[in-house]
Amino acid sequence: MGSGSGVSCAVTLNTSLTPEQRARYQDVAQINQLLDSARTIALVGLSSDRQKASYFVAGYLKDEGYRIVPVNPKADTILGEKVYSDVASIPFPIDLIDIFRPPQDVDEIVNQAISRKEKGIDSPALWMQLRIINLPAAERALAAGLTVIVDKCVKMEHGRYRGGLHYAGMNTEIISARKRRR
Amino acid sequence: MMDRPAPRKFGFETRMVHAGHVPDAETGSRAVPIHQTTSYVFDSADQAAQLFELKQYGNIYTRISNPTTAVLEERLASLEGATGALAVASGMAAQFVALMTLLSPGDEVVASSHLYGGTVTQFKQTFLKLSLKVTLVDPHDEAAWERAITPKTRALYGETIGNPRGSILDLEKLAALARAHNIPLIIDNTFATPYLCRPIEHGATIVLHSATKFIGGHGNAIGGVILDSGNFDFSRFPSIAAPSPSYHNLRFFDTFGHYGFLMKARAETVRDVGACISPMNSFLLLQGLETLSLRMDRHVSNAQHIARYLEQNQQVAWVAYAGLPSHRDHALAQKYLPKGPGAVFSFGLKGEGGQVREDGKRFIEALELFSHLANVGDVRSLVIHPASTTHQQLTEEELAACGVGPEMIRLSVGLENVEDLLWDLDQAFHALSHSTRA
Repeated sequence: MGSGSGVSCAVTLNTSLTPEQRARYQDVAQINQLLDSARTIALVGLSSDRQKASYFVAGYLKDEGYRIVPVNPKADTILGEKVYSDVASIPFPIDLIDIFRPPQDVDEIVNQAISRKEKGIDSPALWMQLRIINLPAAERALAAGLTVIVDKCVKMEHGRYRGGLHYAGMNTEIISARKRRR
Repeated sequence: MMDRPAPRKFGFETRMVHAGHVPDAETGSRAVPIHQTTSYVFDSADQAAQLFELKQYGNIYTRISNPTTAVLEERLASLEGATGALAVASGMAAQFVALMTLLSPGDEVVASSHLYGGTVTQFKQTFLKLSLKVTLVDPHDEAAWERAITPKTRALYGETIGNPRGSILDLEKLAALARAHNIPLIIDNTFATPYLCRPIEHGATIVLHSATKFIGGHGNAIGGVILDSGNFDFSRFPSIAAPSPSYHNLRFFDTFGHYGFLMKARAETVRDVGACISPMNSFLLLQGLETLSLRMDRHVSNAQHIARYLEQNQQVAWVAYAGLPSHRDHALAQKYLPKGPGAVFSFGLKGEGGQVREDGKRFIEALELFSHLANVGDVRSLVIHPASTTHQQLTEEELAACGVGPEMIRLSVGLENVEDLLWDLDQAFHALSHSTRA
């Protein structure tokens, strides 16, 4: 689990998924494993507006040492990074696709992710941000062997398990008597 | 091989001593360290800029956040079932900051009239200077709440256990009314604490505490807390959804989602108002919080004994404790506070007018163990006679209007041996009936 602490308390707040869906799409161990292992994160629907949530998330992830890959048909450069028009046109392996598009757009993003896997380019995990819920698309991605997280924010989850969110007074739901690992 | 047990949602008592504090990697300090510092060295110029733009989580200045205070905040959020918390200088500051974050000049709030006197003064006097209007309604009169709501109403407000007659708010009815009008329900849960009642579970949006009372519990530190359920859709709520001029037109609800209200309360309201809590006070309140359930069980059991004793006393006219079947809100108390309706309540001495006002003073002066002071929620039992202290400047008529009669005595029952407390009350009643009257 990297630099995070032990987690024994299920995270339950602020999702519209049922407990069964949370177990399937919000697995704490899987989220931690993703945050630890991912190096390159494509952000689909990343805005060039500095005050949009997607911009906050991308800037945060870049600061935290991830390579960010903006995906947006209407921009050239965001946060100093070259922008791609869709997931299919990214010419190098990516570890995670973070989705900031409405649920109906998720189908095509999943198609392109599955196609990347079939072509042997990479096997990216799919992550739908808070309130972006397309469960049929999630199921197709799972069936294709991809990891899927639904209705969570990458920045909030990173902040939760790496300590920063706690300083904002938020309920991380992390309960542990073990010393935090470096 | 047996299956590995599933992850567990830990119980209240476990979270009471652990939530919000994972021993740090450097020292492993088991007790919560007191970060008595004003400010924090930045990693780099870039990180400093990111912090100021709210793009990174971290500490800048103790007026805005502090690592010791963060433990108190997260622990209380865990205990109340909230998405997060913001600790401030006092309970009064908690109210003020929560409402300043939600309201703009011209806005209105509908509140229960059964409130702490200081809250009424803040709502009626200070808010008037800010062009904010608070309409007070009888908490039992459902139609009155509904009638008082106007297009400018931005919140409903009440206390779980109300002042001064121990009335219990019907949380679920009020939550439904607030939902129907798309406004948040704000509940002051000070007298109940999250151990006896968790208003968010009954539909409240925002919960407030004077942590000075039972949360700290030892009468040694002043503090307040604002907690957000994270369940309210602020997307059409002007003060939270609109672009913020002080953050390059950042839209707090858009950007921070269910953390939007608290982020705005911290990064704008407390930043600008300056009502921050001291790290030392956060530590003292945490120390108290770690024994909350144990203390509340004893507070409630002592209060119940004393209320029953008073009800049977010939010198007592009435007892307003919702733990007694005679109280009009007994059924509501059993529903919302099944472990007991707290340990602060009032009773009335028999008699009338100036005579009973004098009797009240003499009764309090005769007590040995109850401390005569203006606080509640201490490990020690406390007593006050509102008519001769906090309300002494009022006439008999004015006292009657605010529900504080000259016969009223308010108790905050502590953790002493209950037989000793009963003895103390007994000897004070004896002194009252055997003193020479003018």
